[in-house]
Amino acid sequence: MAENIKVPTMAEYMAEGKQPEVLFWVGCSGSFDDRAKKITKAFVRLLNKANVDFAVLGTEESCTGDPAKRAGNEFLYQMQAAGNIEVLNGYEIKKIVTTCPHCFNIIKNEYPGLGGNYEVMHHTTFLKSLLEEGRLTVEGGKFKGKRITFHDPCYLGRGNDIYEAPRDLLRKLEVELVEMKRCKKDAMCCGAGGAQMFKEPEPGKEDVNVARTEQAIDVKPEVIAAGCPFCNTMMTDGVKAKNREDNIAVMDIAEMIASAEDL
Amino acid sequence: MQILAQVAFILALAIGIGIFIRNIRRMIRNIKVGREIDRTDNPSKRWGKMAKIALGQYKMVRRPVSGIVHVIVYVGFIIINIEVLEIIIDGIFGTHRIFSFAGTPYRFLIGAFEILALLVLVGVIIFWIRRNVLNIYRFKARELTKWPKNDANYILYFEMVLMSLFLIMNAADYQLQLNLAPHYAMANGEIAGAFPVSGFLLPLLDGFSDSTLVLIERTAWWLHILGILFFLNYLYYSKHLHILLAFPNVYYSKIKPKAEFDNIDAVTKEVQLMMDPDADPFAAPAEPEGEEAGEPEKFGASDVFDLNRVQLLNAYTCTECGRCTDQCPANNTGKLLSPRKIMMDTRDRLEAVGENINKNGKFVDDGKQLLDDHIQREEIWACTTCQMCIEACPVGIDPLSIIVEMRRYLMMEQSAGPADLNNALGNIENNGAPWPYNQMDRLNWATEN
Repeated sequence: MAENIKVPTMAEYMAEGKQPEVLFWVGCSGSFDDRAKKITKAFVRLLNKANVDFAVLGTEESCTGDPAKRAGNEFLYQMQAAGNIEVLNGYEIKKIVTTCPHCFNIIKNEYPGLGGNYEVMHHTTFLKSLLEEGRLTVEGGKFKGKRITFHDPCYLGRGNDIYEAPRDLLRKLEVELVEMKRCKKDAMCCGAGGAQMFKEPEPGKEDVNVARTEQAIDVKPEVIAAGCPFCNTMMTDGVKAKNREDNIAVMDIAEMIASAEDL
Repeated sequence: MQILAQVAFILALAIGIGIFIRNIRRMIRNIKVGREIDRTDNPSKRWGKMAKIALGQYKMVRRPVSGIVHVIVYVGFIIINIEVLEIIIDGIFGTHRIFSFAGTPYRFLIGAFEILALLVLVGVIIFWIRRNVLNIYRFKARELTKWPKNDANYILYFEMVLMSLFLIMNAADYQLQLNLAPHYAMANGEIAGAFPVSGFLLPLLDGFSDSTLVLIERTAWWLHILGILFFLNYLYYSKHLHILLAFPNVYYSKIKPKAEFDNIDAVTKEVQLMMDPDADPFAAPAEPEGEEAGEPEKFGASDVFDLNRVQLLNAYTCTECGRCTDQCPANNTGKLLSPRKIMMDTRDRLEAVGENINKNGKFVDDGKQLLDDHIQREEIWACTTCQMCIEACPVGIDPLSIIVEMRRYLMMEQSAGPADLNNALGNIENNGAPWPYNQMDRLNWATEN
């Protein structure tokens, strides 16, 4: 399939002397991970459909420093943050949207102390606002009536108290939303946070992602909806570990909406 | 004889409260070995949080069984302590039920105390069964053996005995009043108090002489008040300080989003210097001002001295309920990490430091520290920073912040991170992503199929 997506960069906007409505912060996972790139593209298709005037930093974007900070390397985090803030402030960015709750949290909460002040939105909140403004319409389509459970990302849910935006989007898709026993404030981590994504787990009796996937499987979903590229990877691996990949899909909410709209 | 009892009572009261004050002062001194932290912002939000979570028990009842039973014990504890006020006045002045002149309101109060005492007794028995008979995950953890396990049971036994003494005392008192015994019976012939629960104990006292009843009543009265004074002083040596510290602890707890970690200001200064094109790399470092003079700041924490005072207050406040550990993803999947153990270890180490100060007048290096001697590195690295422990804690404790401080120490002071993690961080440093991809390829997704 030849991609037909428009992804302008800030450098191009700058050259034309324009300011986009919003900067899309893609993140490392969204830029390089094969699975997460699909989420990135799905979100871009939605932005294109809603005629959102957005841009990306492209090659000027660098890791936010989240894994470094959670791992305890404050120096590396602050070096990354300083570089990113210089770029963002240079372009006079006011508003940022990102598909990664880790990028969302660090830019929204931890960059201001280092001189980076922006309005930062997670893509589920942003998509919800597009719906409310009537710029995007969503109908059930292929997910109508399907049994779906949403896995709350720690850095979106518990970490920043955003529980309803992703669920509101799923309701728009007219799905049968089923909650896991541990959900919202009590949701169990997928196992990727705190830089665990980039290291082997400590010895134990089970991997966190498998334990969490088992909790999801308990509510018999057809799709496990996610809002974080790392959760997505962990839950996808969990579904594979339980040999359920033929009948349980793991999808980001942006992908679900794009796919419902046949984008 | 009467005056002797009064003197003995005043002495017991003075000693009990005196030791308590000494212990609280030691605790405050110990907390002050930690770093200063400013948590005085937004007082209205903090008072509100304290009212909701500490006073209102909002998080306790999120687990209905233990939550509701806890509320009963908590309310019973607070309200029955009003009775202690009367006991103290009676003890000092040798009076009998000094407030009984109030008549009906007094009867109502004493009646309510009795019902609460019974409910507390039942509640405490339920707690005992949960801890010792039922198979509840959080009460079976490896850190909850030996002293911590016994400590929890001692407290329960203690409350059982205190409540029983209270009811026995009332029963004997009631019987004495019915017998119109001097000192006990009221001049107007009314009964001082109401005894809806202890009234049922009267058959047990059947046939006892007044002097035996007085002996029973006095013994129960004395044991009850001495028990309370003992319990007051047991607090400091047990996990039970939460009944006092829950309030300041919630007040000073984090009110920012849970996922927001603090930025280390000293690092910010260094980074600014590094990024400043005008900075002279060969310049002598600026003279440190005021208190900053002396040793350069240590990054992260390897011992309690490196933690902040709220973190140390957290350690004293922890009552080892284990709701954090119960929902910790690392612990749930068999890893060594238990957030409750982090708090218990921090308190154990702080207590050892406190003992050291008691003995030597000031802290003398004992060759030990919190990291490695109490908390293992394997525990620190198993954390996913999911913040579930903070969310689960009914009294606003933040075990995650201690874990992060120890990671900072290991990473920045020791360069002792796990090798695979160091690889990822090396990639971030070199090419701006945790994986070894070229930053110039960052937009390839937009054009590839």
